[in-house]
Amino acid sequence: MALNVAAIRREFPILRRTINGHPLICLDNAATALKPEAVVQSMDRFYRESNGNPHRSMHVLAEEATIAYEEARRTVQRFIGAAAPEEIIFTKNCTEAINLVARSLGSTLKTGDEVLLTLLEHHSNIVAWQALAAERGIVIRWIDIDDRGHLRLDQLREYLRGGRVKLVGVTGQSNVLGVRPPLAEMIHLARAAGALVLVDAAQSIAHMPTDVRALDIDFLAFSGHKLYGPTGIGVLYGKRALLERMPPFLGGGQMIHEVTTDGFSSADIPHKFEAGTMPVAEAVGLRSAIDWLSQYPWDEIIAHERSLIDHTYRTLTSIDGLRIIGSDDPSDIHGCLSFTIDGVHPHDLTDILGKRGICLRAGHHCTQPLHRRLGLTATTRLSIGIYNMTEEIDAAAGAIEQVLAVLLSH
Amino acid sequence: MDVYAEQILDHYRHPRGKSRLAQPSISHEEVNHSCGDALTVDLLIQERAIEVVGWDGTGCAISQAGMSMLCEELTGKTIDEVNTLGEQNIRTMLGVSIGQRRSKCALLCLHTLKNAIRKFQSLPPQSWMETAGRLCPPQPDGEKRIESGSDHELRPIRQYNSSTP
Repeated sequence: MALNVAAIRREFPILRRTINGHPLICLDNAATALKPEAVVQSMDRFYRESNGNPHRSMHVLAEEATIAYEEARRTVQRFIGAAAPEEIIFTKNCTEAINLVARSLGSTLKTGDEVLLTLLEHHSNIVAWQALAAERGIVIRWIDIDDRGHLRLDQLREYLRGGRVKLVGVTGQSNVLGVRPPLAEMIHLARAAGALVLVDAAQSIAHMPTDVRALDIDFLAFSGHKLYGPTGIGVLYGKRALLERMPPFLGGGQMIHEVTTDGFSSADIPHKFEAGTMPVAEAVGLRSAIDWLSQYPWDEIIAHERSLIDHTYRTLTSIDGLRIIGSDDPSDIHGCLSFTIDGVHPHDLTDILGKRGICLRAGHHCTQPLHRRLGLTATTRLSIGIYNMTEEIDAAAGAIEQVLAVLLSH
Repeated sequence: MDVYAEQILDHYRHPRGKSRLAQPSISHEEVNHSCGDALTVDLLIQERAIEVVGWDGTGCAISQAGMSMLCEELTGKTIDEVNTLGEQNIRTMLGVSIGQRRSKCALLCLHTLKNAIRKFQSLPPQSWMETAGRLCPPQPDGEKRIESGSDHELRPIRQYNSSTP
């Protein structure tokens, strides 16, 4: 069966909005996805009816909040196939989840230890490691891409052979090129060399099923807001044995077992990594987003989004002077694609499109090393969600051609 | 008024004075790393006045039109006159409403010019905050104070080094 996209669209109140009289066409879902009514209502209901602080007091509100918060954790656990709810740590966002690993696991690394990153990484999976490198003298090595945006696995093999690699950080899906690194093969290689693997799933999480056990992933991070959930909540999955031996990240309430004037001992996981009052309403909203998305079979979501990307590729390549970056095979591309147009800066293009209600992102998309590798300073990115329609792609392409006529006419 | 007003598009499509000078007194380049806009200004300076201006650049319509329009106003200006130019002059010159997201595009021409002049005078470059008019006037002790609540995007970043690809 095919998705009933018209019915899905009715669940997103923001899609009824117009901008300067134009219907909103959101093709910037890789930045943040729109939220269905169910998510907004669940958070509203939490604040109106429960509003407790989980694991703190004995009264009814705290009890309800604790149940809601821990049920959110179990929902995430089932969604990504984790073995136990304790392996799910809530954070502020994907970036904080990666920083948690870089700081906590990173504090056990020694001078000369190596971390491998790929040129496809978002700054969120780069800067935390660079800060660690500057502090602890660890070495970052980069896995390059080929002309189609595929990772150079020969380099991965070579670096792993050196025997000093402690961790490989890799995106599940590029937020610029839409390519997906071969995680199963990379994890297999890393495992054989005794290295851990951290997967930045920020972009892949809403577009493909995730199974951390099937892939034998050590750490996986993502944000709620790219999964049709709220901002302010992210997830770190970590294997229990790893999380248990890692030192705490932030210190404060809830993450302790005991505090004396002499010091503290840490709580067990997951609370060891959840200091202070957590974003409870956001956890409730994330659970609601996962429940909402899970009502649609993955094969239907994938088929719909495949047809959108194929249509986008065909439509955009027919525009004069427009060049799609990365793979020339649309079946390599998932969730988003980026392009340049001769003589037109992406900021001008997206500024004018935005006034017509068409939202695309322009710039380096927090991937300056990738853009430098591609010899580009900025690109325009079109990224899709479950509610997008081919008609919206056509409208965007038509508007792009009109903008080119304005900017390039002599 | 729309940012892409006819005078902006006209300068973008037909930039004025856009060629490098063979023997400038000073050349200076500035880049907006967040979007890749880049401008290089060449100045031929005689007796503390700008005799000839040349420039080159790439980037969005706002940044390039801004440089083109500014270029037209510079010939004959003294260094002291350039020193009094501020971000408000650029906004007036452009004649369109520049929102916060495009401010750095609009002010790149001023930033490049100011730092060309500073370089000519062997002075250290001014910061983006200074170009954007976000610094208080110099304090009596000569120290410059940064306004609270300043836009962090305009703050210099600390460089971390790691092995390059």
